[in-house]
Amino acid sequence: MGSNGNGTIIRMSEIRKVYDTGKVTVEALKGVDLEIHKGEMVAIVGPSGSGKSTLMNLIGCLDTPTSGAYELGGQTVAGVSRDTLAEIRNKRVGFVFQNFNLLPHISALENVEMPMLFGGMRSAERHSRARKLLERVGLGDRVDHKPTELSGGQMQRVAIARALAMNPDIVLADEPTGNLDSTSGSDIMSIFTELWNQGSTLVIITHDPALARRASRVVEIRDGRITADHPAAAA
Amino acid sequence: MKRDWHIILNLFASSSRLQKKRAYLTIAAIAWGTVAILLLLAFGEGLKRQLDKNRRSTGENLAVMWPDVTTKAWKGLPPGRPIRLHIDDLDFIRDRMPELKAVHGEIVSWRTAITYGRKTVNGRVIGTNYVYGEDRKHYPQAGGRFFGPEDEINRRRVVFLGNDMAKDIFGDEPPVGKTILVNNAPYTVIGVMQKKTQMGMYGGPDANHAVIPITTFRAQFGRDRLNNLVIETQQPEEMKSELKKLNQVLGPKYGYDPTDDRALATWDMVKGAQVTKNILIGIQLFLGIVGALTLLIGGVGVANIMYAVVKERTREIGVKMALGARRRWIIMPFVLEAVVYTFIGGALGITIANLLVSLTSFIPIENNKVMSFLGRPTLSPQIGVITSVILGVIGLLAGYFPARRAASVDPAATLRYE
Repeated sequence: MGSNGNGTIIRMSEIRKVYDTGKVTVEALKGVDLEIHKGEMVAIVGPSGSGKSTLMNLIGCLDTPTSGAYELGGQTVAGVSRDTLAEIRNKRVGFVFQNFNLLPHISALENVEMPMLFGGMRSAERHSRARKLLERVGLGDRVDHKPTELSGGQMQRVAIARALAMNPDIVLADEPTGNLDSTSGSDIMSIFTELWNQGSTLVIITHDPALARRASRVVEIRDGRITADHPAAAA
Repeated sequence: MKRDWHIILNLFASSSRLQKKRAYLTIAAIAWGTVAILLLLAFGEGLKRQLDKNRRSTGENLAVMWPDVTTKAWKGLPPGRPIRLHIDDLDFIRDRMPELKAVHGEIVSWRTAITYGRKTVNGRVIGTNYVYGEDRKHYPQAGGRFFGPEDEINRRRVVFLGNDMAKDIFGDEPPVGKTILVNNAPYTVIGVMQKKTQMGMYGGPDANHAVIPITTFRAQFGRDRLNNLVIETQQPEEMKSELKKLNQVLGPKYGYDPTDDRALATWDMVKGAQVTKNILIGIQLFLGIVGALTLLIGGVGVANIMYAVVKERTREIGVKMALGARRRWIIMPFVLEAVVYTFIGGALGITIANLLVSLTSFIPIENNKVMSFLGRPTLSPQIGVITSVILGVIGLLAGYFPARRAASVDPAATLRYE
């Protein structure tokens, strides 16, 4: 998309995020510098309250930083309208959530199609692409099932298919195995590894040391600051 | 734009649906409001049409004048002089005001003995011109007629009876062709008036009097001064200027100031009709507002439900936003949903109201004093348009405000937690 061959997908510098609730102000991020390159699989780890969820929201353009510069795929994310932000999310970011966040009333196929609908893809193209993506995550026989008829592991695989729908610059996963049993969890981890091997860029926020170990790089965050950034092998 | 609608309709289809019970209640509230506004407006429309019909039953575009005294000094003459019109004035006016549709005079004999066989009643007898039959809507029942010009020219002893008086005298016997005595002189009954509900009257209801040619009246009673002069214009808007002109015609003849519009007391029915019309518009407006407020309560119900739905679907909205939904793609499905509920409720209400209104047609209007005054509730196309517009506005508003809240959902906050 907006990035060259081995270019930088994410470039954050001096990112601060302050939440002002009126009574208290909380500084969730106190100056974060982070670069993520194409083809990396980055695990962001840290205790709860460390600011990693805030970081994820900023990376995913669900929120904007209080100060600092952020470029995603070469596009500056600052001072843009809500609709532009929505378009950036649609084109450049694929989300995988801990609690799946699938729409419960529509089929797996329709869930996967949703980002493509927003992206303006035509209906025939949406159908065939969504079907291929579901086959890729091993759910070719479950396309017409509703999320309530699927197991947790299957739901998360639908979510991964949905995250890949618009062929995004990065796949952003927030505790993707947090709600899964260990078998399903390791299935999901295998899919991530496979995606990485196929060239996707992944950012995974996790508590799970097993998942972090599979990453190419581990970023530790603590108290709103990055405290360590090293290849996973060294962990 | 087309793509927008494609997306919006898709999102509308993929939104979770309202619980059935809630949807039913919401639709019922709108239906109830629609029925209320429609019935009230139908009642107002029926009243308007009935009053209009009753008013017209006296005659249309009429003005009645009767003798009074001058109020202005004129050419050395003092005010306070009585003006008494004469039978000959009728032709005098017809010659000088040919644009009038009709001119007739009336001479009244109060409490006149009318005898048939052994029965005598005391009633009002009016001598008038033949045009009276048409301009005062004295339409004959089948088998009879009103008197014509020949009867007037030849001073025939013919009488046209009001339907109540005919009933008084003849009971169930057919009156036409019978001979009755009016003030001890024999007259042939040539017709009986069709029953009508009369709003405007002077002297008394038409159903209660007997009408004879003015020439015959003059010959029998020896009177040639008019009790009433009635003019009919072609168009209602001509009445004001024609009345002015009438005083310019009669003023010089009787020696009064033509600007003295009280020398002849005047009842301008056109003006009266306008007042009635304005009152009726007021009544309809009032009924419409009451109905609209009832409908508004239904609308508040829809808005309330939609707020609850927005709250319930917060996560759904957050997910759609995370996947790249724009603001209007979030807003429009909600508006659409509210409009759909309003539309279904409105359609239901219109159906029920139509049914109820058509049921009132089984209430007999003949011989029913209340119904013959109030009229039958009637739904007109205008009522349909007004109600639809109000429904549409309510639906849009009931959807728009909750939808705006939906669009203000913060996806970051909604997505993370269970």
